[in-house]
Amino acid sequence: MILVFIEIREGKIKKFSLEALSEGKRRADEMNTEASAVIVGHNLGSHASELFPYGASKVYILENTLLSQYSASGFSQALFLLAEEVKPEVILFPASSQGKDIAPRLAAKLKVSMASDCTETTIQSGKLQVVRPIFAGKAYAALSFKSSPQIATLRPNVFPLQDPVDKQGEVVKKEVVIAEDQIKGKVIEILREEGAELDITEAEIVVSGGRGMKGPENFDLLRDLIALLPHSAIGASRSAVDAGWMDHQHQVGQTGKTVSPNLYLAFGISGAIQHLAGMSSSKNIVAVNKDPEASIFKVADFGVVGDLFQVIPYLKEELKKALSE
Amino acid sequence: MNIFVFVKRVPDTESKIRINQETGRIVEEGLNFVLNPYDEYAVEEALRLREGKGGKVTIISVGPEEALVVLKKCLAMGADEAVLLKDDTPETYDGLRIAKIIVSAIEKKFPEFDLLLFGKQSMGADNAQVPAMVAELIGLPQVNVVTKLEIEGNKGVAYREIEGALEKASFSLPAVISAQKGLNEPRYETLKGIMAAKRKEIPILALEDLGLKEEELISDLEMVKLEGPPPRQAGQIVQEEPDVAAKKLVQYLHEEAKVI
Repeated sequence: MILVFIEIREGKIKKFSLEALSEGKRRADEMNTEASAVIVGHNLGSHASELFPYGASKVYILENTLLSQYSASGFSQALFLLAEEVKPEVILFPASSQGKDIAPRLAAKLKVSMASDCTETTIQSGKLQVVRPIFAGKAYAALSFKSSPQIATLRPNVFPLQDPVDKQGEVVKKEVVIAEDQIKGKVIEILREEGAELDITEAEIVVSGGRGMKGPENFDLLRDLIALLPHSAIGASRSAVDAGWMDHQHQVGQTGKTVSPNLYLAFGISGAIQHLAGMSSSKNIVAVNKDPEASIFKVADFGVVGDLFQVIPYLKEELKKALSE
Repeated sequence: MNIFVFVKRVPDTESKIRINQETGRIVEEGLNFVLNPYDEYAVEEALRLREGKGGKVTIISVGPEEALVVLKKCLAMGADEAVLLKDDTPETYDGLRIAKIIVSAIEKKFPEFDLLLFGKQSMGADNAQVPAMVAELIGLPQVNVVTKLEIEGNKGVAYREIEGALEKASFSLPAVISAQKGLNEPRYETLKGIMAAKRKEIPILALEDLGLKEEELISDLEMVKLEGPPPRQAGQIVQEEPDVAAKKLVQYLHEEAKVI
């Protein structure tokens, strides 16, 4: 069985969880086994019907009042007990903040190595093999596993969702046996920025600004663009973040986040090597820069040599027109 | 407070990564190795906690003797002591191996501690595994990707970065914390610090000194292949009046990229 951890936040299934489930289902088919989903928490309600269409044969619901607040220790213990019982060959997680937090803790409990933030999975001789970027995408390592189970986290926005199918499956509810002293630290509050935007790792379109934006106030131009574009978020280069124009949460590159959106729009970004590492796996790259020699043009599918302050107003109008058609 | 900070030597972010096709490994020649940037935040946080509450800051690195340079840097920043856990095995990209070495060192040599600080990930392996694995193997709370840390007595509160929000987590000491950019502004070494660091001995412990045998550390992962990123073809570039350029850009998005 391939077991896939499904992250639920504020009562909603995160899209990257469904991406991991879709990929799990594809690999399970190759291995002639089934994919199952697992959710962890308390009073979780019925999410199973949202998971069967993406290939889950079973949905495990692991509950305990001690799991009502997130803790890596508690969640990994719940998954450990399930893994010991059902012995999955493969356990997949989204490489989300939660997946990245829990998976290594679970791997250590199961005494196996794991692979982080993978961008490709295959089955070789009945075992999982993965490709993962290292040096923020300056190189790619293919890794095979000797362990069982094989544990990997999958990068968001990389693996396609399968077309939902009209299928039902089995719901297996379990009360997790866990003691209070096994919960080591827990989340007491989630603080969201007022009017917080979508995270750049989850967005389908990232509109990014660099030093060429000239100041924090000009990022409002990019905010206007993301208001027009669906599922979009604002990114920034390291120089824009280090200058204090944008918060570090928005930084793309080797000291920030690695993103693989459907569209990456770079405004006033020269394309330092550490920035390119963080975004060159985007499916489409568009750059606007005054300098025709800027490195960003070497990776851009479409480039405009010009002043972004002159281009953006026209771009807004053209986008409005195109989107209303 | 007795604080341990775990650091790694990594190529700086400006490095161009080349691959030796014969060995299937990264070419280290010509790379400029530095203290992993995320570890700098961890070291700085440790120093600030010590300045506020007293205690001791010990820096530990797992790696070859070349890692002594980054340990010296941490001493020059103001750390009290540094220890190298000497491991000459080439990078395996296996977090569990490093976690096991660290845990052996803590249990056998440094059983008294309040806080274990890490960078959120090493730049290069990009695994972000070791802090959580160490926490699990010792049975400690963990808060990863932390941008704000408050310690009061034997209790702590840490704010960790998640998608589009911050999670506020509470825990008791001892604990594992991994640092994210934004936690603080790391200090530079002072001349006085550099001079003092020069005089400090950095003890080197071999894996045998930790009672570890190589067979306990064999990785479950095997590197099958190492490649450069898929090459990206430069696309079309337009250099026209802004209104025309904007029109063509949107045309590209609509007709070729099909994203709108």
